[in-house]
Amino acid sequence: MIRVKNLCVDLGDFQLQDINLTVDEGEYFIVLGPTGAGKTVLLESIAGLYPVKSGQIWLRGKEVTSLEPEKRNISIVYQDHALFPHLSAAENILFGLKIHRRPKQELGKVLDWLSHLLGIAHLLDRSPNTLSGGERQKVALARALSTKPEVLLLDEPLSALDPESREGVQKELRQLHNQLRVTTIHVTHDFEEAIALGDHIAVLGEGGIKQVGTPEQIFHQPNSEFVARFAMVRNIFTGEVVERDDGSIVFGTEDTELVVVTDLRGKSHASVRPEDILISPEPLRSSARNSFCGTITHIADRGSTLYLTINLPPDFICLVTRRSFQEMGLAEGQKVYITFKASAVHIF
Amino acid sequence: MIKKLSATNNMTITFILLGSVIFLFIIVPLLNMIVASDPKLLLETALDSEVISSIWLSLYAALIATVIGFLLGVPLAYLLARFDFPGKNLVEGLIDVPIVVPHIAAGIALLFVFGRSSLAGKAFHLIGIDFFDSIAGIVVAMLFVSVPFLIDSAKEGFKKVDVRLEKVSRTLGASPWQAFFKISLPLAWRSIAAGGVMMWARGISEFAAVIILSYHPMVASTLIYERFETYGLDYARPAAVLLILVCLISFIVLRLLLYRGQKT
Repeated sequence: MIRVKNLCVDLGDFQLQDINLTVDEGEYFIVLGPTGAGKTVLLESIAGLYPVKSGQIWLRGKEVTSLEPEKRNISIVYQDHALFPHLSAAENILFGLKIHRRPKQELGKVLDWLSHLLGIAHLLDRSPNTLSGGERQKVALARALSTKPEVLLLDEPLSALDPESREGVQKELRQLHNQLRVTTIHVTHDFEEAIALGDHIAVLGEGGIKQVGTPEQIFHQPNSEFVARFAMVRNIFTGEVVERDDGSIVFGTEDTELVVVTDLRGKSHASVRPEDILISPEPLRSSARNSFCGTITHIADRGSTLYLTINLPPDFICLVTRRSFQEMGLAEGQKVYITFKASAVHIF
Repeated sequence: MIKKLSATNNMTITFILLGSVIFLFIIVPLLNMIVASDPKLLLETALDSEVISSIWLSLYAALIATVIGFLLGVPLAYLLARFDFPGKNLVEGLIDVPIVVPHIAAGIALLFVFGRSSLAGKAFHLIGIDFFDSIAGIVVAMLFVSVPFLIDSAKEGFKKVDVRLEKVSRTLGASPWQAFFKISLPLAWRSIAAGGVMMWARGISEFAAVIILSYHPMVASTLIYERFETYGLDYARPAAVLLILVCLISFIVLRLLLYRGQKT
């Protein structure tokens, strides 16, 4: 378990103030915040790599605020992976154990275990600069896990990857965590990533923690405008992906079923961007696979655009321009059809 | 991306012409001196024990200066690359001063600090080191004028090492010393070594500061100067050619070693 109490960190231009976090043993904890909110610095302070102005950090009941990083046993994986370029993948992975002067047998065992766990046995002799982004990340993860850390810190682990491999790596991170149960703090600016992975989420912004809670709490009960901005203007649903007998893939929630395109199966989340949804007074004949009838329950006027809440159920938030809104003569209480393509649904 | 050079437009052609002029300006006097010298005389000079010992002294004293430069200059370079402190710009500027001051003046300044009547001179005299007409004096003169090359190059080398690599190594259990010796130093090594070669070369070529402190024992440049002054050009030339050859060969070998296995 790791506890951060009233932590203050000076970042030059601004400060992180009064940071309080409790991450339970074996938990996957997400720190969600916009770019430049000080997420990396927060991780570095927890690891002892960045000076703390005031406050305390407790690790398994011991105060470690002023302990050197090498004595904390907290590992970090940076966004750019920071592999040692002069060492091979295997030497990178074994760096920590060699520093600790562990016996040769143990080195071999750990290398074997990690390279199989992460599927990188074929990469061990390679130099880091010949590896792809995904491969580098696995080596960096193996290196971080080699010392059996009490806490694993992940700095935007998915944002350096191309969108295609991101989904897969996200799944692997989840599986890895289920297997090893290492207490993990993962920082990201991606709301969907946070929802998909986090047991708990802390939203960081404007120099402090704005809210801490489960993904559902953050999503359904944002306690401030700042948190709401992350969650709102998005349609996110929890449900299950199943393959139908006719071969089509559907995402089922309590209330509805969406036709989707994905390789994922089982429990997951789906999101549809409000601007990807078409609104029409009559059913629309088109190639789009998803079409539903609902009632406009709320209209949020944003000037040249409007956000409509349309209840099927569930609630969908849809974006329309003022011009379309006026031409169709839309109003609260009116019945409308919403239409979007299967490929507009993002499963994560 | 570097392209293959070809004379495709006016600018490239003009630059090739201008570049050739300065290149020839550098290379012609050196080649001319080597080609025009009498091989027999050159051989005779090469066997002259006075010449051999002076060239050897130059190489050896410059090497000692470079080793001292490593021990004292690399830590400073690391500090400058990694940390901010009040007056850092001033420190960085002052480090380069030995490059810009006339070396004869540098020699005189050194004499004031290390000469026999000075405090430092007396202190060193107690442990048996004198800086006047001694190898120690030559080393001090060479160190002073050439160490900026090593410090600057090492500093640039350390700056290129991502500080996150050190940080990661710390989280994996490395002490600051281990992070330095296992991560920063190996990764900056090429720049440091290149700076060391430059420093050594600059040390060998030093003359003005050296003669102020230690005219004797004679380093190669002092010997060449003395022969030129006493006996004239013809007598000085073979020794000069020999020094150039020794330097040239040493640096070619060192460059090859340094850039071995690395694409330029």
